[in-house]
Amino acid sequence: MYKTIASIALLSLVGPGMVMAQNEDYGLGREATDKEIVGWNIDVPPSGEGLPDGSGSVSEGKEVYQAQCLSCHGADGKSGQMDRLVGGNGTLASGSPTKTVGSYWPYATTLYDYVHRAMPFHSPQSLSPDEIYAVTAYVLHLNGIVEEGTTLDADSLPKIKMPNRDGFVRPDPRPDVDAEACMSDCKTGK
Amino acid sequence: MANNNHTDGQIERRQFLKRTLGAVGVASLPLPISQALAASNGGGNLAPNVPEWTLTQGEPILSPPYGQPSRFEDGVVRTPTDLTPTKTSSWSFTPLQDLNGTITPNGLVFERHHGGVPDIDPEQHQLMLHGMVEKPMIFDMAEIKRFPQVSMKRFLECSGNTLTEWKQPTGKTVQDTHGLLSCCEWTGVRLSTLLRAAGVRDKAKWILAEGADAAAMTRSIPMEKALDDALVVYAQNGEALRPEQGYPLRLILPGFEGNTQIKWLRRLEVSDAPYMTREETSKYTDLMPDGSARQFTFVMEAKSVITFPSGGHTLPEKGFYEIRGLAWSGRGKITQVDVSTDGGRNWTQAKLEGPVEPKALTAFRLPWRWKGGHALLQSRAIDETGYVQPTLQALIDVRGLNSVYHLNAIQTWEVSSDGGISNVHV
Repeated sequence: MYKTIASIALLSLVGPGMVMAQNEDYGLGREATDKEIVGWNIDVPPSGEGLPDGSGSVSEGKEVYQAQCLSCHGADGKSGQMDRLVGGNGTLASGSPTKTVGSYWPYATTLYDYVHRAMPFHSPQSLSPDEIYAVTAYVLHLNGIVEEGTTLDADSLPKIKMPNRDGFVRPDPRPDVDAEACMSDCKTGK
Repeated sequence: MANNNHTDGQIERRQFLKRTLGAVGVASLPLPISQALAASNGGGNLAPNVPEWTLTQGEPILSPPYGQPSRFEDGVVRTPTDLTPTKTSSWSFTPLQDLNGTITPNGLVFERHHGGVPDIDPEQHQLMLHGMVEKPMIFDMAEIKRFPQVSMKRFLECSGNTLTEWKQPTGKTVQDTHGLLSCCEWTGVRLSTLLRAAGVRDKAKWILAEGADAAAMTRSIPMEKALDDALVVYAQNGEALRPEQGYPLRLILPGFEGNTQIKWLRRLEVSDAPYMTREETSKYTDLMPDGSARQFTFVMEAKSVITFPSGGHTLPEKGFYEIRGLAWSGRGKITQVDVSTDGGRNWTQAKLEGPVEPKALTAFRLPWRWKGGHALLQSRAIDETGYVQPTLQALIDVRGLNSVYHLNAIQTWEVSSDGGISNVHV
């Protein structure tokens, strides 16, 4: 008898473990440190939260643009083979809309965020905060959104009101087409 | 014992034949065995001749260790778009017209990359979950694989699928017109399980998902979806994710547009508002005729397409054909698919291959006897919400011609009297 109890006790120490209920704490993963989060938390929402210290002017941005952006987007932001950045104002309701930073993008913070995370194309995340503020200012200036003497930083960038800020509809209004499942002698597509 | 004798006898006979024919081939004929056979018997590998591959041993196991399709299927491949200036920020199409059933083989799942395919060492890949949570977390791949596992067969469709077809028919094949569509069994952990581990705060409404690729691709995902059926997956169709599908980790949001299902997933940030990333403002938004744009149009609505016979096929003769196709809906299960052979005037209900799963490709089939004349083949899907797949004109009437994405209209294939099939608008 003593022997049996002893082996049961031993089994419970080194044995097959317990079957868990669903939704228990699995105890997997570890807490992320502040340092780890800071290294990866690169996004910039419209509130501007997360924008780094630093600043950049339109004239400094022109230099950054000419060194890093011109080959893909053209000298004027309109003529490269990659996305058009400049112009298109007033075209969104036309038969040939031109979607650019100036005509379409609702938030200036998105420009900082995107340039930092993905530009320049062949060397993403290589620009300094000063360079990103500067080139953001320059592209906004090419679109007539900020004056030539503008310098942008974490405080001023989120305050810029983009021309198409209010151009977006939410929530999704679909289903927006009410089709009928006619089976015989139906009206066709056109 | 009798069987053994029979088997031995076969082997001996084959070896004899091989030796004899081999000796003949080498000694007196410059032709390979098959051609020598064809020359002597007049029919090559066709009946009544015994084919050459029956007369000799085939390749051994592990030829190769990871199996490949037959060399005679080497035309079944993804094809590139010609619409992008780079090959890294670009896309490729699934050859739907060459596939059967509803599962897309991993090597043929369509691609859409914004900064190329990264080569990620899974031992150095982490998932960070932070923001409006009680405890920000980091998981490594081994830990993610220890969580309770789920598998779901779900379709994946780019919101740009069929985008070239708004104004006029452009694609020749169903691969061109509908090839930004695939369906896999995805395996991983529910996103809600990971969120529970971190403890989401009450005011949290959105999650930013971010990839580890050169685009650091980001999309804001509604919390409602994250807690519903979202998955963080590491496998597709039984094996590890392919690199071009996000290896070692990606997000799967069943029924949502493809670009939200972030590949090479490295970070999830919980917040009370969307982040208004470049993708969800300047790109994946739908411009309406009045100049306004719909935003966060996540759901891929009910859609279907006939894959056989379809554009580029030729019917060799009159007679029986089975019309086959695929239907799917981001809102749930397909309940009915109708097929028309006269351009939408009359419809017949097709047979659905069961069991029909929600937000998965569903195969439909309808027997058809082609009498040799002109025909206009169409399919129309209906889902469990009662939504009926619309005509192209009905979509254009509401959305105009500049919304680019979410074209889920009825597709028409024109069969000409010589059996050739082409893409048309009716």
